[in-house]
Amino acid sequence: MNIFFQQVLNGLTLGSVYSLVALGLTLVYGILHIPNFAHGAFFMVGAYISFYVAGDLGANFWVAMIVSAAAVAVMAMISERLIFHPLRNSPALHDMIAAIGLLLFLEAVVQAIWGADFHRLPAPYTTILRFADLTAPAQRVLIIGAAIVLMIGLQIFLRRTTTGSTIVATAQNREGAALVGISPLKVSLLTFAISGALAAVAATLFAPINLIYPAMGHLVILKAFVIIILGGMGSIPGAIVGGMVIGFAESFGAFYISNNYKDIIAFVLLVFILSLRPQGLFPSEVR
Amino acid sequence: MRVDYRMEYVFYGILLLAAVAFPFFATNEYQVYVMALAFIWAISAMGLNLIAGYTGQLNLAHAGFMAIGAYTVGLLTVDYGVPFWLAFLLAGPIAAVVGFFAGILSLRLKTHFFSIFTLCVGYIIYLLIEKGDSFTHGPVGVIGIPAPSIGPLVFDTTTSVYFLVLAFLVLTIWVMRRLVRSIVGRSFVAIRNSDDLAEALGINLMRTKVLAFTLSTFIAGLSGGLFAGFVRFLGPDLAREYHTFDLIAFVLVGGIGTLMGPVLGAVALTWVTQSLQFLENYRMIVFGPMLILLVMFFPHGIIGTFGIWMARRRANAGKRSNTQAVLPSRSGEEARANA
Repeated sequence: MNIFFQQVLNGLTLGSVYSLVALGLTLVYGILHIPNFAHGAFFMVGAYISFYVAGDLGANFWVAMIVSAAAVAVMAMISERLIFHPLRNSPALHDMIAAIGLLLFLEAVVQAIWGADFHRLPAPYTTILRFADLTAPAQRVLIIGAAIVLMIGLQIFLRRTTTGSTIVATAQNREGAALVGISPLKVSLLTFAISGALAAVAATLFAPINLIYPAMGHLVILKAFVIIILGGMGSIPGAIVGGMVIGFAESFGAFYISNNYKDIIAFVLLVFILSLRPQGLFPSEVR
Repeated sequence: MRVDYRMEYVFYGILLLAAVAFPFFATNEYQVYVMALAFIWAISAMGLNLIAGYTGQLNLAHAGFMAIGAYTVGLLTVDYGVPFWLAFLLAGPIAAVVGFFAGILSLRLKTHFFSIFTLCVGYIIYLLIEKGDSFTHGPVGVIGIPAPSIGPLVFDTTTSVYFLVLAFLVLTIWVMRRLVRSIVGRSFVAIRNSDDLAEALGINLMRTKVLAFTLSTFIAGLSGGLFAGFVRFLGPDLAREYHTFDLIAFVLVGGIGTLMGPVLGAVALTWVTQSLQFLENYRMIVFGPMLILLVMFFPHGIIGTFGIWMARRRANAGKRSNTQAVLPSRSGEEARANA
């Protein structure tokens, strides 16, 4: 029972992190209609900033998370202004290549500052919660809780506030949104800021149970892509459900099939599902 | 149009002469080595250009197929004692067979979905090579691949392999030139320009795309086989996505959808990277922004920009002599497709 519960907990933890990363990616896709390959680099930079603020400056874990979210949000906004906005009328291939250029640049900068070594962010809460014969490390519970709060918050922001609705409106119909007076400029900046902040928060939450290194974003971003394809590009519920599906598939696959091949599961799942359903599991509401 | 062809042959002749003369003017062997490696990447980039540039489907698993070709040669020669050339003959076909099945699955998807799907295919290839210890040597890699030889002629010096690689490069360029000017090549371009229009013209979309994909993976496998014979050491990293990104950069710098673009791009960028070598691990700090600036201000690459300039000049000359008016942008597109 406990072993099974641990796998569920593991799946939820992984799923939460993947969902947060995929949410940012899917929001940007809804607005820009490009897969942002640099999103994994935002994730990685977020982890390093938290590591710096919490480690070298000795700040509290939550302070570090907020600083990192703000810093990556600003970075994402700058990249929108300098790179993606000027390229908005070019073929999609050019956006993708520019994003790859940004990815290479950010990785190289991080490596220049902190080196290629592995770092570790100390966990803020090291207690282990017990309930009957079930045990759960506090950090994992924290990740799941924070992710759920963020997802609900984001959903309320997008559905219930005017500012949030402008994002949904622009994703649904760019011209229509502009006609009713929504500034596409503000919306893109806002979307990039949210997506960057989500990536940084996900990275900060994940960092204590994982390692920090320049290439840490690669696998996460690849999986986030798998998730938004499965969930339907631009679809928010799809990103959450997709994240959980991959998280659970990985944690159970690692335990019941093979730990060695756990990273391949997400990709095989995608190949398998897309072979049967080329439109994805949940064809998106926004296209 | 006759004049154009003659100019083109002169251009090819000069390039070939320069390539043949290069080892005799190189100041050290390392330069020849770098150039031969650039040629191998150029062959691979031409394969990617066929699917991404001519057919308009950005395949992000290209390095994976190159690795399949390379591992075909590496594993067959080292583990099974198969002669190099026999293994080399199999490199292209095996990559193409895998490519055929991957193509059937992935080409049902369009645009970004296709790109991301192939990104995953590439990653699966990488993970299978890295984790399949017993069969692929895993992370240790394949060591001690024999040098290619024909009878008593052994290609074990850098210069001799350079000429071998050059021969394959010339062969690939020739085949590619024939291909893109044939009716098949034109149907690839038709698909790039518009799926719907191509279908309306009676082109079987799926069959044509799968053909382009299979041919492109065949070339990837071939270049991988050469890579195995030249570097004689293989690691699973060859299949990683950043090698595909390098190849995309080659294609883009030279000119996407042009015949010689990938070759010029591979050679130019290899030397730029070499000259940034003093920056060691930090060279990406320069390379990344360079890539971004390139797609912003120079999106057609070296050959593409030249083609548009030539077309505009021809159009202006045409206007002056009051023959039929040609829109500069339209003929630019054509020049890009023909170059």
